[in-house]
Amino acid sequence: MEITPETIEYVSALANLKLNKEEKIQTKKDLEQILGYIEVIQELDTKSVEPLTHIVQRKNVVREDEVKESIDREQILKNAPLIKDNCFTVPKAVDV
Amino acid sequence: MDITKVSALQLSKAIRSKELTVTEVVLAQLNEIRKREPLYHCYISISEEQAIKRADEVQKKIEQGEYANSLLAGVPIAIKDNICTKGIKTTCASRMLSEFCPSYDAEVITRLEAAGCIILGKTNLDEFAMGGTTETSYFGVTKNPNNINYVPGGSSGGSAAAVAGGEAIIALGSDTGGSIRQPSSFCGVVGLKPTYGMVSRYGLIAYASSLDQIGPIGRTVEDCAAILQIIAGEDKKDSTCAINTVSPSLKAIRQSIQGKRVGFPAEYFEEGLSKEVRIEILKVVQVLKECGANIEEIKLNTSIYGVPAYYILACAEASSNLSRYDGVKYGFRASKYEDLSELYKETRSIGFGTEVKRRLLIGSFVLSSGYYDAYYNKALKVKNILREEFRRAFEKVDLILTPVTATTAPKIGESLSEPLKMYLGDSYTVPVNLAGLPAISVPCGKDKNNLPIGFQLIGKPFGEQEILQTAYQYECTVQKGEK
Repeated sequence: MEITPETIEYVSALANLKLNKEEKIQTKKDLEQILGYIEVIQELDTKSVEPLTHIVQRKNVVREDEVKESIDREQILKNAPLIKDNCFTVPKAVDV
Repeated sequence: MDITKVSALQLSKAIRSKELTVTEVVLAQLNEIRKREPLYHCYISISEEQAIKRADEVQKKIEQGEYANSLLAGVPIAIKDNICTKGIKTTCASRMLSEFCPSYDAEVITRLEAAGCIILGKTNLDEFAMGGTTETSYFGVTKNPNNINYVPGGSSGGSAAAVAGGEAIIALGSDTGGSIRQPSSFCGVVGLKPTYGMVSRYGLIAYASSLDQIGPIGRTVEDCAAILQIIAGEDKKDSTCAINTVSPSLKAIRQSIQGKRVGFPAEYFEEGLSKEVRIEILKVVQVLKECGANIEEIKLNTSIYGVPAYYILACAEASSNLSRYDGVKYGFRASKYEDLSELYKETRSIGFGTEVKRRLLIGSFVLSSGYYDAYYNKALKVKNILREEFRRAFEKVDLILTPVTATTAPKIGESLSEPLKMYLGDSYTVPVNLAGLPAISVPCGKDKNNLPIGFQLIGKPFGEQEILQTAYQYECTVQKGEK
């Protein structure tokens, strides 16, 4: 399979990654080689096979809706790279 | 008692009989770590102060009669650095989480502490557990203690090397496609990947959630069984954790294997398997026969589709799981960005290493519109076929014997430039994860470079007892032969 520059742009946008020139060349090579290899699964006849998502067959695992103590805010915010007034800080995302 | 060679069960016995105190054990282990760490680099962080403090607490509790039912009270343990530990940095060997300090403990940590174990520190791994050499770590390469020019395997390379190199008595790893069994094999220690759902994943930083499972690494089969007893069992915080599971007792695994049917899949011993590994595993067949097991040839034809199906599913799940690293709530954030979109992109591009980015790109591709059915959905169907093939095999046999890896450990620096070759190295281990089965890696010899060789026993779902029992009988028989 040939991977076009458009595909690389599209896939890196989906993954939220910015690739430099060398990385783009490498990604084209990697994707072509690895996708070329995994193509082998197409040989298997799977017409009458269901996709298997969950290996442990547990259905609708529910719990009581109880109020419980959670980890406190200050503790959580300690790991944040940038905070202001006890909140996470991000660049302005909406024009008002 | 030589702390670098002793088993965890021997050690806890010595502690209970007052031959040793927990503090003496922990100080002796920390001393060995200090001496050996410059050579092997098994750890990302060593929690020396906490461990010493905790040793004192545990000693007092033992004296007060607590932990009476715990097999491993007072034993220090090393933890793979993708398992959350409250107040101890948990980095996933990534720049992205290099400063991340969890505000809660993983369920396995809570259970180990309740059993009187002491956390020594956090071990090195491939970044986000993606890799088979521990070379993709942001914190440097771990060396194989059997020969420091070679890799310890991965992704739980730090845990396996620590147990092999005298830097820990026991350790926890995680296994998504072989990450406990392969490094255990490369380092010459015992590693168990439990059945999917046997052990809670609460607090295990996710790579591919449908395949990830935490498990023990130790010097003996019994040590692994003892750890499993502590960490296994239902957890309401993990809805994929199975209910009503029973982990085997030590008494149960010491039973004879007379009449056990061991499956031998010829496909796993054909081309690609090195001669040295094949010879050693054929010797294992002989030992198991001497122990009374019946060896039966079985067919596992679709296992060759395991690696492609695995890389589709694991990368797809990774691309979803790792989308949470956005530089906002926790973890690394890039210093230069104009707007929110750029903040995400810059953070992720700088924060993730090459192999992680490669897998995120593959995952995004196989999930993208137009390719979802051909890759992702197809791989889920292959997974179903694989599970069905194992199910049929287990109608005829109780467990299956295979290699863990085709070769012994590669040299440091030889693997990363050829990702496809590295992925193909997982062909004996990934079918087990896709089918959700338990499997154990047990050492069975060495090659000419002093590098260990291991064999793998695969069990039925929740068939931990049979594989542990067989591994234990093998271990006892071989040890008797050596004496």
